[in-house]
Amino acid sequence: MNVAVEMDAVRRSALLNLSEAGPAPKRVIAGFGFWTFLLSDIVMFSALFASYAVLAKATAGGLTGVQLFDQRNVAMETALLLLSSYTCGMMSLAINSRRYLATFLGAVATFLLGAAFLALELREFQGMIALGATPQRSAFLSAFFTLVGSHGLHVTVGLAWLVLMMVQLSLRGFQDVVVRRLHCFSLFWHALDIIWVLIFTIVYLMGVLP
Amino acid sequence: MTEMRWDVAPGDRPSIPASEQNASSGFLVYTLGLLLAVILTVTSFWVANTSAIWAPGVPAGLTVLAIAQMGVHLVFFLHITTGPDSSHNVLALAFGVLIVFLVLAGSLVIMANLNENMMVHSELMNLQMQR
Repeated sequence: MNVAVEMDAVRRSALLNLSEAGPAPKRVIAGFGFWTFLLSDIVMFSALFASYAVLAKATAGGLTGVQLFDQRNVAMETALLLLSSYTCGMMSLAINSRRYLATFLGAVATFLLGAAFLALELREFQGMIALGATPQRSAFLSAFFTLVGSHGLHVTVGLAWLVLMMVQLSLRGFQDVVVRRLHCFSLFWHALDIIWVLIFTIVYLMGVLP
Repeated sequence: MTEMRWDVAPGDRPSIPASEQNASSGFLVYTLGLLLAVILTVTSFWVANTSAIWAPGVPAGLTVLAIAQMGVHLVFFLHITTGPDSSHNVLALAFGVLIVFLVLAGSLVIMANLNENMMVHSELMNLQMQR
């Protein structure tokens, strides 16, 4: 433990006062700016969560969550997204040590897991709509499709972004700007997983409680 | 090593001197995070489906598990720590959490209050909606 304390002291002394440090490097500014965007995105999701929580019982005589939600499907979606978050972390490590092959492998794994998640979610939506549980059927379903659909839309955007970044990486290599963008992508992807934790807890697990 | 003098960006590993940093430590952090997240997720699904837990306590249990898992994701995947070099990120996060809390709690309290005081109207609505 002593070593850890000493390490902390080293890190503390390495950190200059803000007044002495001058402007921060672009990597830190870009990361902080994207982190702020992610927080504002989470605030937007909190509004969707609030409307879902208010409208969850307003089924207007239509199908309810207990009849519609399939827990096995949700468990599989959760596993896929969690694993893709993990492979995204592996990709970040590969980027930090500038390994091309490992970065591409991490990106491919992340993309495939994310795409599988999206496919499962779309299949679930399709099954619900086939049962007549369309967004216009009840307030509960409107709120459900808005909330879960927004998350799915974010995942879709993330997948497109990942493809774009792999193209950039193969064309331009590990330039600073490419590394910064990849870093922002991994933040985005981990944040989506955090939102999914809330969705499966509030929508799918609490929604089927008696 | 000029970078050591700055705050870390969110998602950066804390600025450990390069001599101390080995490739396996990052791998270990992500793997540990994955393990904890899997344990918490499995527990969540178990809590929702078991009859071993007092039923009215289940939502509270699920909430606690979800918050714990979000914490795991923040620390192990996004590397938001309480270290001295990450204070801007933590402050931004704290502000975000405040707004989220206000939006959620405010909406729920106000709408529950409205529902309670407009019972007759909501019953009428239900009658109209039930064809």
